[in-house]
Order: sequence, then structure tokens, then C-alpha cells
Amino acid sequence: MANVDTLRATATQVRRDIVRMVFQAQSGHPGGSMSSADFLTALFFSVMDADPARWTRDGKEQDVFILSAGHLTPVYYSLLARKGYFPLEELSSFRRFGSRLQGHPSVRKGLPGITQASGSLGQGLSCAAGIALGKKLDGENKKVYVMCGDGESEEGQIWEAGMFAAHHGLDNLVAMTDWNGQQIDGQVADVAGVGDLEAKWKAFGWNVIVADGHDMKAILDAFDKASKAKGRPTMILFRTDMGHGVDFMAGTHKWHGKAPSEQQCTDALAQLEQTLGDF
Amino acid sequence: MTTYTDTGKKDTRSGFGAGLLEAGKRDSRVVALTADLKGSLKMDAFADAFPERFVQCGIAEANMVGVAAGMAITGKVPFAGSFAEFITGRVYDQIRQEVAYGKTNVKLASSHAGITLGEDGATHQTMEDIALMRALPGMVVINPCDYNQTKAATVAAAAWDGPVYLRFGRPSVPNFTPEDQEFEIGKVYTMNEGRDITIFATGHMVWEALSAAQALEEAGIYAEVLDIATIKPLDEEAVVASVLKTRCAVVAEEHNVCGGLGELLSGVFARRIPVPVEFVNGGDLFGQSGTPAKLMDAYGLDAAHIAEAVRRCLMRK
Repeated sequence: MANVDTLRATATQVRRDIVRMVFQAQSGHPGGSMSSADFLTALFFSVMDADPARWTRDGKEQDVFILSAGHLTPVYYSLLARKGYFPLEELSSFRRFGSRLQGHPSVRKGLPGITQASGSLGQGLSCAAGIALGKKLDGENKKVYVMCGDGESEEGQIWEAGMFAAHHGLDNLVAMTDWNGQQIDGQVADVAGVGDLEAKWKAFGWNVIVADGHDMKAILDAFDKASKAKGRPTMILFRTDMGHGVDFMAGTHKWHGKAPSEQQCTDALAQLEQTLGDF
Repeated sequence: MTTYTDTGKKDTRSGFGAGLLEAGKRDSRVVALTADLKGSLKMDAFADAFPERFVQCGIAEANMVGVAAGMAITGKVPFAGSFAEFITGRVYDQIRQEVAYGKTNVKLASSHAGITLGEDGATHQTMEDIALMRALPGMVVINPCDYNQTKAATVAAAAWDGPVYLRFGRPSVPNFTPEDQEFEIGKVYTMNEGRDITIFATGHMVWEALSAAQALEEAGIYAEVLDIATIKPLDEEAVVASVLKTRCAVVAEEHNVCGGLGELLSGVFARRIPVPVEFVNGGDLFGQSGTPAKLMDAYGLDAAHIAEAVRRCLMRK
């Protein structure tokens, strides 16, 4: 298990990757990638039992990760590359023609680590529930982790999957919601109001954990609690700020899907000073 | 004229149920999912034989398609079943993302297809499903003609590596193809050889086409009848070979004109061998309540209408 300081340093590097990828592509989704960077770094580098060298799409005998909020490819690809699923240099091909790093995850380009296509919101939780059910049928005790957005929770299918996973007692399913309160058109509370997600998921019969999604110790503690769930699926609601880590990107929906200018990129990287080596 | 005997009317959905049970016996990876329509899709025998491999999803088709995709990722062979409308139009994006683009080995079991669903009326009578499914890259589209062929097609779908849309119906219809046949995905089945015209038919319309051919033969018109059980991938060479001989065609389907078999084959003819073509289909219309027989007649989907189309086409030859 990586220690907290190492995880923090990795998360900062992941944020540098996010800013540079989106700047180079001049498109992509930095806001939610930055808000989820801390807990996804903890997941990939400390929590999941997944070995890049043994990766296969069927996820046999390994933990599986599904990105339901498929637009968050900057954080996803950075983590996969940093973890060793594919060469770091490939991050510079993000969103370019012919790249394995499609705008939203694709299983058709041969990129190791991608278990399912996603991007049309609200669908990944169902797929993750299916994988969790498949693992149970096979007698496996590995887990399925799935990442959703709070705006994404406006999709009705999320709640269909919520009912299904609880009804089938899928305690090998751990969902995370990046509860950053922002979506493309504004604050979630103003756009559609998903309301009290904690009460809703509890009412759906889930094991619900609320944690500060930027506090590495709290994050690790939340995953530890999730690992002990019995008889029901777990939803970890991570309280986060969109764009966290760069002051002018933080706390606003305006950076949901916007690329920085060259100056903004420079300014952002200056605030994410600590580097493990850029791609 | 090749003679076909109706061995007793049966619904094609029961052929699916029998095929699902058989596929489940042959391959332990086969699982079945339904959205509160286990009985309607005749999944009871499978669910009784393999309770741990049967997944009741409740009335939540979108989630069901995603769960099926997830199970396929783990190596299962899921059959996800509902009424044709609810396993296509209602969940088109889920199928596109999770099954077709996502390249998962999911079989979409589509019952009560077409207007012969009957009394429930237009909300449940999809005649657009073939068009929707045809448009998806890599999707196999199968529309078998009777109980025996549906059973065999279900077993073949389970063995096929990739997404399959398997369409079948509610009413009891003649069962006339061989029992315990092997179904070959992509094969065009020649039901009757003829020289004057080719009738291309799919699903319930194959029996109607054979009935029309019988009546036409008595009038001295020799119609070739081909069963297009697999609409995609289409055996284009078999289609062209028949029309090279007969030089005109009627296409019969229980489907909307838009994007159906008629337009598909017309495209082949336009590129390969321009010939006169007449359509027998549901037009560009919604259905309505009624008995299957009454609706088939009212919407021009029976042997009499096929025979009329043949005569119209021959005049243009």
C-alpha cells in the first residue's frame, strides 16, 4: 500500500497530466477529472487489486474499474499510464485521429485497461453490476469499482441499476460519486437538483459512505469501510470541488469541458509544482 | 412446388424458449435476463433448469441491457429478452453503446415483434426494429420463420461470437421447417425453386409467401421463394443468383417500409442487377388493436397480397 504522501504526490502529477493533455488536445474535460483525481489515485495506487501485466478485458481474478462518467478520460488515461497499462508518452495522443486514447473510452482501439466503452451517461453502473454478478456466478471474490458523476445521477438508469444491485445483494460492487455539485449548464442544484444523494442511496438499500474527496486519509478510510460491506453494494459519495488544485478552475462549472489557453496552462502547472516527471 | 406441411401451429417465441433451454444445456456460459416478461418470452423452462443463471431485472430494460453487457464481459453468453419495442426502441442507445460499440457478446431476444402482437395495439407493435438494429455496425439480425427455425436460430445465436438481434413473434403460426435442424447464420434458405419471380420473405411472411407461390403455380406462375432468415449479414450472392434467374422480385416482411428488408434488397438490386421490385410490408404506419389475422389482412400482409404483388411485378418485367 502506498503511503499518503506518495499518493498526494501522484495525484498532483495526475493533475499536471490532465491540464497538459487537455491543453494539447484543446478539448476534453478537466473539471471533473481534477475533482476526482485524489480518490481515483488512491483507488488505482492503493486500493484496487489489479495488475497491468495481467490485464484482460474479462477482468478474471482481478478487481475491475468502470468509468461510468466517460468524459473523465483525462484522469482515467493519466492513471492507466502512470500505473503502467501503456506508455506514458502516449498521453500526448489524447483525442487525436488514430489514437488509442479516444475522447471517451473505447474498447475498439486496443488500449489496455479499458473494460467497457462509456460516455453516454448513466450506463456504466449497470455494466458494473453485470460484471459484479458475473464474478459472483464464477465464485470470484474480486471487486468491481465504478465511477459516476453527481450530474450523471440525473439519468434514470442510475436508479434502475441502484435497485438492481441492492436487490441482487451485490456486495462486490463499490460505486463512487464525484459529488462536486457542478455540471455543464451550472450547479447541479440549479440545473435539476439530484438532492440529498446520501438519503437517496440509503433509501435504495445501499451501504452509503460520505467522505471528503480531497483528504487522502479520509479517502483511504472510506475505501476500507467499503471493503467490509456484506450483503449490499456500497456507494461512496466523495465531496469534492470541480477543478480542484488550480484556483481559477476550482468550484465552477465553467471548466467542465473547456481547454486552457497556453498562459492558463502555464499558470495551472505553476500551482501544481511538484512533478514526478511529465509525459 | 416443394410441399410443406404444417405440423401444428406454434408460436415462434416458444421456439425461442426451447432453443434457450437447449443452448443452456450445451453451454454453461449461457444466462438469461428478462424485464418482468419471463412467461411471455417462454423462459420458464430455462429458469427452472438453471435458476442461478436466470436474472430477473424487473421493469427496467435499460439497466438490463447494461447488466447483460457486464455479464458478457465476464465471459457469460447473456440472452436479454423483452417485447421487440422495449428491447430495441426503448433501449437503442444502451444497445449502441454497451453492446454494439462496446463489442459485448449479448443476444437481444425480441418477442412479440410486428403487427401480429395483436390486441395490445400500436404502443407495443414495433415495425421499426429491423431498421434500428440493421443500422448498428456488427449487429447480426435474425428473423426466423417458424417454431423449429426459431429454436435452431437461438442455439446458433448462442454459439455466435458477437451481438445478435433475434426477432420472433407472439401468435401461433404454421410450423413447417424440419425439426432439429441446424441453423446457419447468414444463410439464405431456398424454400421453393421457380423461374418467373423471386419472393423474398422473412419471419411470419415466409409461410404466406409459400401459400402465395402455391396459388400462383395453379395459375401457371412459378415463383421462387427464399427465406431471408438472416437479414444481416446478408448473403448477397444468393439474393443476386436468384434474381439473375427470375429477373423480378417481391419482398415480403412484417415491418415498416423504412429501413426494412425491401429497402435493403432494393439497394442490392440497384447496385448489382436492376429489376422490377414490389413490396409487401406494413407501409409507413403505426398498427392498431385487432386479432393477428385481421391485422395481417388489413395491413396487406398475407398470401393474397403477396400474390397480387407478384402479378403487379410480372407486368413490369
